[in-house]
Amino acid sequence: MSEDSAVVDYHPMWEELGIDLPTHDALLSAVGQMYGDAFLTQENRPAGMSYLDFVMSEVHGLRVKELHDFRATGGKIVGTFCLYVPEEIVRAAGAWCVGLCAGAEFGYDEVERIMPRNTCALIKSFMGFELTNVCPYIKESDLIVGETTCDGKKKAYELLGEMQNVYVMELPQMKRPQDIAFYRAELDDFRAKVEELTGKALTAETLKASIKEVNDKRRALQRIAATRAASPAPISGKDALLATQVAFYDDVPRYTQMMNALADELEERVADGAGVAPAAAKRVLITGTPMALPNWKLHDIIEKSGGIVVGEEMCTGSRYYDTLVPEDGETVEEMFDALAAKYMDINCACFTPNQGRMDDIVRMAREYNADGVIDYALNFCATYQAEAFSVEKALQQAGIPIMKIDTDYSAEDIGQLSTRVEAFLEMI
Amino acid sequence: MRVLGLDIGSRSVDAVWLEEGRIVDSAVADSGFDPAAAARVFVERGNHDVLIATGYGRHTARESFACDVVTEIKAYAAGASVLFPGAASVLDIGGQDTKVITLGATGKVTDFEMNDKCAAGTGKFLEVMARALGFTLEEMAAEAIAASRTVAITSMCTVFAESEVTGLVHRGESRSAIARGLHESIAKRTVSSLKRVGAVGPLVFAGGVAKNPAMVALIRREFPGDVLVPGESETDSQIVGAFGAALCGLPVK
Repeated sequence: MSEDSAVVDYHPMWEELGIDLPTHDALLSAVGQMYGDAFLTQENRPAGMSYLDFVMSEVHGLRVKELHDFRATGGKIVGTFCLYVPEEIVRAAGAWCVGLCAGAEFGYDEVERIMPRNTCALIKSFMGFELTNVCPYIKESDLIVGETTCDGKKKAYELLGEMQNVYVMELPQMKRPQDIAFYRAELDDFRAKVEELTGKALTAETLKASIKEVNDKRRALQRIAATRAASPAPISGKDALLATQVAFYDDVPRYTQMMNALADELEERVADGAGVAPAAAKRVLITGTPMALPNWKLHDIIEKSGGIVVGEEMCTGSRYYDTLVPEDGETVEEMFDALAAKYMDINCACFTPNQGRMDDIVRMAREYNADGVIDYALNFCATYQAEAFSVEKALQQAGIPIMKIDTDYSAEDIGQLSTRVEAFLEMI
Repeated sequence: MRVLGLDIGSRSVDAVWLEEGRIVDSAVADSGFDPAAAARVFVERGNHDVLIATGYGRHTARESFACDVVTEIKAYAAGASVLFPGAASVLDIGGQDTKVITLGATGKVTDFEMNDKCAAGTGKFLEVMARALGFTLEEMAAEAIAASRTVAITSMCTVFAESEVTGLVHRGESRSAIARGLHESIAKRTVSSLKRVGAVGPLVFAGGVAKNPAMVALIRREFPGDVLVPGESETDSQIVGAFGAALCGLPVK
């Protein structure tokens, strides 16, 4: 993507994809307004954020065009919703991976005709995007890969499968050796599925390269995250969250390069003691359910209340980039073992028991010098809502202030949430 | 130095003028459709050196009057702990919020909980129920106290409870028993919220709903500790927030 490209009208491309143009225009305009209000009003942003501003301004434009052109030359796109679907395997078989939209309240009236009202916002959101024909990423996906991380998603994928080419990976619910072996076997099946889609074989060589490439992306994000431990923080939580969200969409080598450039700038800021918020700003670690693009609600409330978010223990955060796949495997078998071990080491609330997540939260709160932790759960997300009580207990034992929030993507509780967040910031 | 504390709530705008840490004047006005305008009347009296706002409309006040703001949580904690030294917790039931706060030794907030986006069990809820029963708020409280029996109200949602009350009236249930049941259900819900944050006595019960004698009596019955109500001493329970905000506006010594 070059920033000097002329303004292009993407309507013909969207029309070809079967996008509902008037509804989609309304969605883009709403997201653009949200973005302007949440991001462009921030002061003293790192210069490197201009890349992400550009990506967001072209989120349904230039990036979709790249996918479109890739497919025109026979390339295949795999759409995913979850960290447990390894991008390394997709890329090693010659396809590209994109994370699908699930972060805005859209098309709920359509969704509620086929699903219960009390389904979590994330599921309702991706189903709403599909049913109202406004997501070009779904349209560009040759295969959508679901996973069995919760009951709501399992049933949603059955419905989505009636409309799109959906493949579901089974994820175990415990982390015993036999569970890891089970997931390892699922990866073999997934490999076969992607190879069938692309008509290309995954080899030791392509897999080794894709492991390195995706690790490099994670390393860039680790560098950005590390700078957030500094006081004053060199980047807002909102901008850092956006960087992670875009990791699921963007071209991998280009994104890695741009994020390393951003990390260079942030490291300089830290060395110079420069920050985006006063050093006295209260520092908050967020933990909980993933925040899919364009969900910036809680970060926006916290930072407009004078606090600063210094870390995210979530799938759009440390769970995505904190661990790497060992790069010393030589055979496909060795590398698949390494992938299975790495992915089964992610601490999602869909697992039982999940003490590892409690340890991660307490460790991160200390590493990032957080004054307090906010546990964020989407309404009707049973696993994270239930686990919030264990999170609260673990943090209380560690002497770290914690507040639990249950919410969704709507704006109707922003007034009350602002009061609770401000009071929490006053208290800690 | 004179500090004006404003509590701009959903139902009323409350003002307290503080001089040398003592209340020298106070006033309450209806929020109406333009709470900022109601607040402006107090600001334009001009007899203050420092202005500080709390409540639902605090951000509007910050924009209109360029003043400092604190949350209702901090303001009520400050107000209650000065009015009642040694208070361990605070209950504030206002027009559309219920807040429970636990206090540390120096009156610092140690934990709090507030209702989320719905107005169940708040002043607004009582207003709607009084209208459904054909009472004023004062009459409904008096009827609840005088009632010889009660009926269980199962809905806490304002909309569902209104339907339930209408249904009970149509079934010939006595209005005073319904009034009693409504107050009891709020008291039970509120006390369970207090228990959730581990609140112990002495508990300061403030906010507009603390003026309701039936609610005070029932909270006293349900809560296992002393319940102190500002209106029963010298300060109106409704201005605790404005008083607390004014205290937060005092320069740090």
